[in-house]
Amino acid sequence: MTSIPRTDTSILGRWWWTVDHLTLGALAALIVFGVILAMAASPPVAVRIGLDEMYFVRRHLTLLPVALAAIVVVSLMTPAQIKLFALAVFAVSLVLLATTLLVGNEVKGARRWLNIAGFSLQVSEFVKPSFAVVAAWLFAKEARKGSIPPAAICLVLCGTVVLLLAAQPDIGQAVVVTSVWLAQFFLAGLSLWLVGGLLALAVLALTGAYFVLPHVARRINGFLDPSQGDSYQISRSLEAFRNGGLFGRGPGEGQVKNSLPDAHADFVFAVAGEELGLIVTLVIVGLFGFVVLRGFTRAFLEQNLFLLLAVAGLLTQFGLQALINMGSTLQLLPTKGMTLPFISYGGSSLLAMGMGTGMVLALTRRRPGGGGHA
Amino acid sequence: MVAQDDERQATLERARTRLLIGGAVFTACFLAVGLRLADLGLLRQEQDVRALQSREVVGQIKTQRADIVDRQGELLATNLVTASLFANPRRVPDPAAAALKLASVLPEFSAAELTAKLSADRAFVWLKRNLTPRQQFEINRLGIPGLDFEREEQRVYPHGALTAHVVGFTGIDNEGLVGIEKSFDATLAGGGEALQLSLDLRVQYILRKELSEQIERFSAIGGGGLVIDADTGEIVAMVSLPDFDPNSANEADDDARFNRISLGVYELGSVFKIFNHAMALDSGITSMKGGYDASKPIRVARFTINDFHGENRWLSVPEIFMYSSNVGSAKMALHAGGEMQRDFLSDLGFLERTSVELPEQGKPIYPAPWREISTMTISYGHGIAVSPMHLASATAAMVNGGLLHSPTLIKRSPSDPVLGKRVISRDTSDSMRRLMRLVVENENGTGGNAAAPGYVVGGKTGTAEKQVDGRYKTKALVSSFVGVFPSQAPRYVVVVMLDEPKGIKESYGYATAGWTAAPVVSRVISQAAPLLGVAPVDEDAPEIQRALALSLYSRVRTVAAN
Repeated sequence: MTSIPRTDTSILGRWWWTVDHLTLGALAALIVFGVILAMAASPPVAVRIGLDEMYFVRRHLTLLPVALAAIVVVSLMTPAQIKLFALAVFAVSLVLLATTLLVGNEVKGARRWLNIAGFSLQVSEFVKPSFAVVAAWLFAKEARKGSIPPAAICLVLCGTVVLLLAAQPDIGQAVVVTSVWLAQFFLAGLSLWLVGGLLALAVLALTGAYFVLPHVARRINGFLDPSQGDSYQISRSLEAFRNGGLFGRGPGEGQVKNSLPDAHADFVFAVAGEELGLIVTLVIVGLFGFVVLRGFTRAFLEQNLFLLLAVAGLLTQFGLQALINMGSTLQLLPTKGMTLPFISYGGSSLLAMGMGTGMVLALTRRRPGGGGHA
Repeated sequence: MVAQDDERQATLERARTRLLIGGAVFTACFLAVGLRLADLGLLRQEQDVRALQSREVVGQIKTQRADIVDRQGELLATNLVTASLFANPRRVPDPAAAALKLASVLPEFSAAELTAKLSADRAFVWLKRNLTPRQQFEINRLGIPGLDFEREEQRVYPHGALTAHVVGFTGIDNEGLVGIEKSFDATLAGGGEALQLSLDLRVQYILRKELSEQIERFSAIGGGGLVIDADTGEIVAMVSLPDFDPNSANEADDDARFNRISLGVYELGSVFKIFNHAMALDSGITSMKGGYDASKPIRVARFTINDFHGENRWLSVPEIFMYSSNVGSAKMALHAGGEMQRDFLSDLGFLERTSVELPEQGKPIYPAPWREISTMTISYGHGIAVSPMHLASATAAMVNGGLLHSPTLIKRSPSDPVLGKRVISRDTSDSMRRLMRLVVENENGTGGNAAAPGYVVGGKTGTAEKQVDGRYKTKALVSSFVGVFPSQAPRYVVVVMLDEPKGIKESYGYATAGWTAAPVVSRVISQAAPLLGVAPVDEDAPEIQRALALSLYSRVRTVAAN
């Protein structure tokens, strides 16, 4: 890599010298862990549902280059291009999200997947990063007299997305989208009174979901009182972390993946805990934390409100997902189907994460006059 | 412009301040995850080891699934703690030698098979599930490193097939799949006190023995029976044959696993005249003194309704019942009308699944629309298919004073109030007792073979041709008998049903209910009544005679002998 001279002015050359190497490195490390864990955790799951042992591994490895390409290509864009790109992705996703409700495949009682040319797409994954950028754009725009304030448009968009997600129903994604949006609103200067009010509203909405949607109620009951209800997954998960100890049982030697149906997706972190041990899982947590905080630091140094809000929004989504996933497997939170970025199996999640982190890299590149110089 | 720039700068500054807060929150959350990981990975280890040790000291494993017992407390389903053998082949130093030793204890495996298993490059391999205690002891004595036992629980049914269709069975992971095991799965899985059923194992045994002997005698393809408490709806015995051993349920075929009592629905034939008569009497369209012309068959469109024991004259209401006249019954039903019939049968629960606690429940089949021809055929039990369970519970309501109780397999505690739904008046119920007694007692009745001296049995026969592929098969019969005892104050209802019995020499070639099902009822009652606390009486005693007195109101001076 050092063979690229600083004077190289080709597109890739300039990219290499302006992109944040540390974030790039952390993401690469996460991707490597993702590959290791896909090989460790997914074969028993594939065999159990009657697929070829290496089915998920192959899918993961096929989609990985696409995700990597997405990171690089998206991170080559300028902030102005990112805005347009995000807007386009957001518009298409919104339409597809509505379509999913009508023609989506029903899996386990929810319509979340859309079949496009033999590839089943979870549109909600793409809504999250693109909406974060669109929302940042609107929040950073100053209100002009006589026209609709951008924050109001933003509120309407957020409401639409949340309603579409809640209708699937996918409460987890709706929570993430709302949280990211609130975080951005908070950064954009929302009065603290309103922050408090909106938080109360969110709590109210979740309470509503608890009473209206039985599967949400089950999860939360199971969390509050593990003795009742379906705490099987979570107790196996905790057992896995204990079994792993400091150094783990070694890749492939774990047992938990034999008994957890979601070992390759929602509970992949438990497999990591059992097979790779405490030290490695701490490293993984550290990598996630590093990516978020490093991005925040770069955003802090920006002179441009849009850049700050967009980067903070994208990273809040990234960090929040990681925290929810890890928190669920560790029984710090109620179990919630949420992928661990770059590590869980899931094509849509992988591609959307590639896109999202590509955006972060693009927006935190060193630009002449943009601040953020080391 | 300057003001705007200032404002923009202020917004940016505020955003930065708040970003710091966001960063701090994230840091705290990631630290919390890290701490939790360390907590699980390091600190919780010792606790677990302690917990494990203390469990081994006590030497007991909590049995998880609750037992199922009969009304006397006899075990019907319980758990056996067994040991299963597994190996970590990587820790077995000499697979070939170990396999040779193991094969001596587990003769079903060859040494070669075991060598292959023990040399696998894996960390876990099952060798044998559910060892006997002796096998476990022997294997322990071999002292082979790398082998270990896992404690498992196995559901066992000490009485095997006897209660198979009621209790049901569980799957490999002890989850209820069939019967009570399924309908009470959540309760049973929660452990705790045994679930007490209403069954009486002794009566169950008698019913199953008598039924299976009769099935064999008449070469029937199956059969079923039911004894139900007329005042509470508690099912004291319930048998469906052929049955299966729930301890090895996966070896049973579909026919054996089919519950003929609650899941099977059949056109039950003339036993339905009980309900036709009760409807006609209760509604007041006729009385015991009334009657209908049964002198010639009824012709409707392409159907002809005939009498099996044809008297070919005007018959009184009791005579129609005693001779089991289809023509008389059909006329009676026409007189009442289809709507009344439908409402009455619906009140008795014949148009819905019963509420008995079994997942295997058949839905009755009845005509829609309910035409005039249906009204006529349903009066004698054709054109409507119900389960024997339906028959038992509705018959109980006809003789117990007129209250319908939901059939139940769970023992009722004596303090529970007995709630019933009134479906007919006490007077009508009184008449029904007398009519049913007539069928067994009178020399012209069809149910003489159901008599059990001292127990004052009453009842009704029903012989129906089975519909196979939409056609009635004259040679394939469902012969049933519903009996009650003692008739002066009925306590129990007994239903016996034989599926496709074939006539034999002793029955003069007949396979009808009076010859096949009725004798089973007689034998079951004479053996079970003492166990159920029903004392025999002198059937000719004046008070009994008075309680069952009935005038035939016949217009023939002397009833012909045949």
